[in-house]
Amino acid sequence: MKDEALPAWVEYFAIPGINLLMALIIAGLVVVFMGESPWVALGALLGGAFGSLEQFGYTLFYTTSFIFTGLAVAVAFHCGLFNIGGEGQAMMGGLGVTLVCLGYDGTSWPLLFPLAVMGAIAFGALWSFLPGYLQATRGSHTVITTIMFNFLAAILLNYLLVEVLIAPGQQSPQTIRFDEAGHLPFAHDLLRGFGLETGRSPLNITFLLALAVAGLVWLFLWRTRWGYEMRAVGQSEPAARYGGISPGPMIVMAMVISGALAGLMGVNEVMGSQHRLVLGFTAGFGFAGIAVALMGRNHPFGVVLAALLFGVLYQGGSELAFEIPTFTSDVVVVIQGLVILFCGALENIFRKPIVRIFEIRRLLREL
Amino acid sequence: MAEALIFVLLMIDATIRVAAPLVLAAFAGMVAERSGVIDIGLEGKMLAGAFAAATAAAMTGSAWLGLIAAILVSIAFAMLHAYACVTHNGNQVVSGMAINILVAGLGPTLAIAWFGLAGQTPNLEGPARFAGFALPGADVLEALPLAGPLYKEVISGHNILVYLTVALIPVVAVLIYKTRFGLRLRAVGENPHAVDTAGISVAQLRYLAMAVNGALCGIAGAYLSTAAAAGFVRDMSAGKGYLALAAMIFGKWKPVPTVLACLLFAFADALQIRLQGVAIPGIGEIPVQAIQALPYILTVVLLAGFVGKAVAPKSSGIPYVKDR
Repeated sequence: MKDEALPAWVEYFAIPGINLLMALIIAGLVVVFMGESPWVALGALLGGAFGSLEQFGYTLFYTTSFIFTGLAVAVAFHCGLFNIGGEGQAMMGGLGVTLVCLGYDGTSWPLLFPLAVMGAIAFGALWSFLPGYLQATRGSHTVITTIMFNFLAAILLNYLLVEVLIAPGQQSPQTIRFDEAGHLPFAHDLLRGFGLETGRSPLNITFLLALAVAGLVWLFLWRTRWGYEMRAVGQSEPAARYGGISPGPMIVMAMVISGALAGLMGVNEVMGSQHRLVLGFTAGFGFAGIAVALMGRNHPFGVVLAALLFGVLYQGGSELAFEIPTFTSDVVVVIQGLVILFCGALENIFRKPIVRIFEIRRLLREL
Repeated sequence: MAEALIFVLLMIDATIRVAAPLVLAAFAGMVAERSGVIDIGLEGKMLAGAFAAATAAAMTGSAWLGLIAAILVSIAFAMLHAYACVTHNGNQVVSGMAINILVAGLGPTLAIAWFGLAGQTPNLEGPARFAGFALPGADVLEALPLAGPLYKEVISGHNILVYLTVALIPVVAVLIYKTRFGLRLRAVGENPHAVDTAGISVAQLRYLAMAVNGALCGIAGAYLSTAAAAGFVRDMSAGKGYLALAAMIFGKWKPVPTVLACLLFAFADALQIRLQGVAIPGIGEIPVQAIQALPYILTVVLLAGFVGKAVAPKSSGIPYVKDR
């Protein structure tokens, strides 16, 4: 739907902005409906996200996870695929990180970090490879297969955490706490080294990894042959085939990269913050990746911005619950759903009139 | 022997209980996809129905008013889906996902605002719930060998929504295969251009299909919160909408095979509850997760075309745009 040639600022900023505004207005109405002031709520939300360095640290910590899951959905989109399996792939990524951290304990984090990243990539990619392969060779739709693989990942993790990896003497399904080698340095510890005192937050060096990965994804998509071929398949499979590109391998590659990106979320959560594998640690972030990718127009830069937006919503939303007792962070889930609705499913509502306005303007200029 | 019989009967009984909402939701998905609209929002609409039913039942004390509220709310979300996908040619998967996530957040939010309870609605009692009831003669006939216990344990004793579901199975099957609407519905999912050429509105048919879809999801939701449980709890649909989607694919978009798939998945669920912590002679204890995973693995295998082939209606998922 990009053929109407809208100026870039309209395509990438105005339309997502209007969609976001619509989502926020409806969410505001829900707040009014609950008998609270939306302005007070908005203030508390922003205060909760930016109020202190500690809170901002949390915001960026959530942003990190959203960048990974958002990029995962975006890469698959570029190949014309819908990866709803981010949740399951992130779970598996966390499992990969955990196995590395438990297997090589007693070493040090600079050694474990690259290994854990590889573990997350390998396990996340493993979980998206089969849906990709089945799509490429047997035409099984990735939407359905990735949903099934989400459940399979949850069941597998449940089995491993209840029966195998559970910490001895522990009731809740989680592993033992990793030793020091399995702890990535926190931002507040690193900044203290430079003499900067910030509040404690789970923000860790994975944030830098996320930014670097976003850059790499951009390079891959627009500066490599494979990225080009992948996007060609996504634009039009017959055209790509005519141009000598074999769609099958591209589909598998897109899914594998997508799964690997979602898996990287495990590094941030497991090694960066919780230092153990806890059942349900993905907490819907995999699904939120859909909203992030739609909001960010599937562009890595846009994804980073959208991830920051969702980081603000998520952190601000959990602070909101403290400020206003009738609120829970469920309101943020509502906003998430509305963003997906307006930026994704209903985007044509505003796009069509805007396209028409620009067409009329062009016609007037030609006269 | 008698003990084994009772065990088997109780398993069948449990299977029916689990299968009923699955059948309703799977049929909802089937009607939508037969008309060419992919619906992964079954989960969300069920959850919305569950919340509406529990809320209305808690406020009015009537389970029937709850059921009506569930159907209306679920239809409203189905119309939203149709508005996005049919009127505005929006992405159907995105729209379904939006509904799922929106409802997952909206239910607990409204529950707190209206009832002050964290993510749930008040406990329902008496007429605010659909309780199981004995069919006439269940106690008298019990003495009969085999047929007696079968009647008492399996056929009698369910709540009214289970019987409603059983009654709806032939109704939906006839609707799809034996009525003019059904013929058009199937045609519009396969070849909307042909239907359009015949002078029938594609959009109108798809809206109608989504209305049926919403009503069925609503009943399924009411089943969860006012029959199976006594109130709404956060995320109470717990993946049943997706499981119904799997059952629909497993049933190849056909009514009877879809019902059988629902029964199979429900049986797997009843079995894994039964087998928890039970050692089977010669095999040992089977991890319950292995049985839990079964429906999902089976669906992937079927989708991959290794056992039979699941072929979706040809035009499902593709917005219909008139050639000009």
